[in-house]
Amino acid sequence: MSANVESQEQWDVVIEPDYPLFNLRLREVWNYRDLLWILVFRNFVAQYKQTLLGPVWFFIQPMLTTLTFMVIFGAIAQIPTGGIPQPLFYLSGVVIWTYFSDCLVKTSTVFKDNAGVFGKVYFPRLIIPLSIIVSNLIKFALQSVLFLFVLLYYVYFRSDVFQLHTTSFLFMLPVFLLLMALLGLSLGMIISSLTTKYRDLAFLVAFGVQLLMYATPVVYPLDSERVRNLAGNFLQWNPLAPIFEGVRKGLFGTGFFEWWYFGYAVVVTVVLMFVAIIVFNKVERNFIDTV
Amino acid sequence: MSKAIEVLHLSKLYRLGSIGTGHLSHDFQRWVAKVRGKEDPYMVIGKQNNREAGGKNDVVYSLNDINFSINQGDSVGIIGRNGAGKSTLLKVLSRITSPTSGSVKVRGRVASLLEVGTGFHPELSGRENIFLNGSILGMRRHEINAKLDEIIEFSGVERYIDTPVKRYSSGMYVRLAFAVAAHLEPEILIVDEVLAVGDAEFQKKCLGKMNQVSTNEGRTVLFVSHNLTAVESLCNQGIYLDMGRLVMQAYTADVVKEYVSRDLSAKRMIRSTAERAIGNEHITIVEAAVENGSSENPSDILDIGSDINLKLTVINHTKEEYLSAGFDLKTAKEDVVFGSGSKIYCPIGIPTVHTCTIPGNFLNDDLYQLDIYFHTQGMSKLYAQRNMLSFEVKDQARANGFLGKINGMIRPMLKWS
Repeated sequence: MSANVESQEQWDVVIEPDYPLFNLRLREVWNYRDLLWILVFRNFVAQYKQTLLGPVWFFIQPMLTTLTFMVIFGAIAQIPTGGIPQPLFYLSGVVIWTYFSDCLVKTSTVFKDNAGVFGKVYFPRLIIPLSIIVSNLIKFALQSVLFLFVLLYYVYFRSDVFQLHTTSFLFMLPVFLLLMALLGLSLGMIISSLTTKYRDLAFLVAFGVQLLMYATPVVYPLDSERVRNLAGNFLQWNPLAPIFEGVRKGLFGTGFFEWWYFGYAVVVTVVLMFVAIIVFNKVERNFIDTV
Repeated sequence: MSKAIEVLHLSKLYRLGSIGTGHLSHDFQRWVAKVRGKEDPYMVIGKQNNREAGGKNDVVYSLNDINFSINQGDSVGIIGRNGAGKSTLLKVLSRITSPTSGSVKVRGRVASLLEVGTGFHPELSGRENIFLNGSILGMRRHEINAKLDEIIEFSGVERYIDTPVKRYSSGMYVRLAFAVAAHLEPEILIVDEVLAVGDAEFQKKCLGKMNQVSTNEGRTVLFVSHNLTAVESLCNQGIYLDMGRLVMQAYTADVVKEYVSRDLSAKRMIRSTAERAIGNEHITIVEAAVENGSSENPSDILDIGSDINLKLTVINHTKEEYLSAGFDLKTAKEDVVFGSGSKIYCPIGIPTVHTCTIPGNFLNDDLYQLDIYFHTQGMSKLYAQRNMLSFEVKDQARANGFLGKINGMIRPMLKWS
């Protein structure tokens, strides 16, 4: 075909087999921002339709988990909580952990769960993982309110066992949240991309997340003698550890936080994010042929 | 006129078979070849995609070096047999899957309707689903808001608009879904056979809406359908694909003519062979044939005046001795002329012959095709085959200049006085 004047003109979209590795086409994502909001809305409404308690479940889940932890890790295993009342310690851990694990687990099935829609219509695929992150952030905010009430109860009525020692680390909370979101998103995107062709990894996710929780200072403080004797410094290499310990330091003034480990967590997250972008970009274009 | 779509050397490769443990090693070999700069060992260029031929290679070109361009405001019908690559082409154009080689350039916003109601969530109300579906199809929130009343009115489900769509009848669901789709305002609209759903009245409404979009509003429409009548009435341009290759692009009428003459070479008889039995676990079709049933003139040609016998030799594997058999007789353009069915006595396990006679001087001088199906007496489906047979009725007298071809799907001999 001759190179006529027309082909010199501006085309809106050029579809080719080759693609830039790092291009997330964020401008296109921005054009679809209304879809993001309606998906967030859908995630919420669909979850609790036809339930009597509805959104109250957002509060029941962490409360029940906290109770369970108090019985198993507190009463039976007698793991110390660093001088912080058990309900406060476990509830803060559970709320943050739920945020991370939900981000991870839900993004890890993005391609499989949305194959039907992805196979019929084009929109920036990144919208779906983003909607998961935003939905979970809203859920996290609601559950934080619950935590706040429990905290206020201890501050005003149980000052015999608890004194509030918030530190300036609390201002780091948005950074911690962003880091966790990116970590969950990246891991989830990598898993999701790899499972389109080989489903094996999907079996590992639910199980792996459970294991990861025990390798993260959720139900125990990192800086306790028993943990150090058992695992040495090993657990500090978990990029989630500085985040959990940092939040604790902000809220209760206790917790093991070193900037060095925090920097390491940031580096790990950034590296994973780049891997995720490359893999997701590659898979998104053709996954419908292999899903 | 400026171009809306330009397709250059477009190819798309598919790997056949299921994905399992063996594929990791294939993937690895391909990766090694790529790193060493060699040709992919599993992609042999030049393989044709012919699903009936059966090849050794498990990789096929679903699209093979396609070139065409479409002007702004054209409405283009894409036709071809099943597996010719039509749907793959639409998928590549609508960016659902990427090409293996070649490029597609597009000017303007594209909306693709490969299905109606994509993303509908059963728990959400009709109104909420309008927003969800509209957003998925690329509409902005304010656009949907501006058209909300119009969409609800077009769908005709006003009363249920705040009810979850899982309580909708399937008809209501489709109406609502199409209503959203019909109010999209892209520069380029890509439509796969979504019109195969819904009742006749609604189909008409949809076709009308599409016609309006392409002719009055000057947008580009790409339309895939097996219904050649719909393609002819909607589209000014046609693209004919066969086995992944572009056969021709021209005015619709010419393309349809070419397609019909190439594809419907009469297939008057099919027979099960030792290697390949026709049928399934319920029914084996030993032989199906369209024969000249006229006693005076038993030649090979189906003359317009001679009776036509549809002869089905079948073996029944079910537990019931009485089944019901039937067929739809269709024109080459897939419009059903009539259907017929009957209870048949079919002793289990032995071949039985069943014949239906279509009288002479009834069909027109034309090509026809037959869909054949079998049901139990309780009307549960046993076996159905689309376009199992096709045949051509010839007006031999016309060769002597006696009569021209008369319009219409059928040509009954009527009494004049």
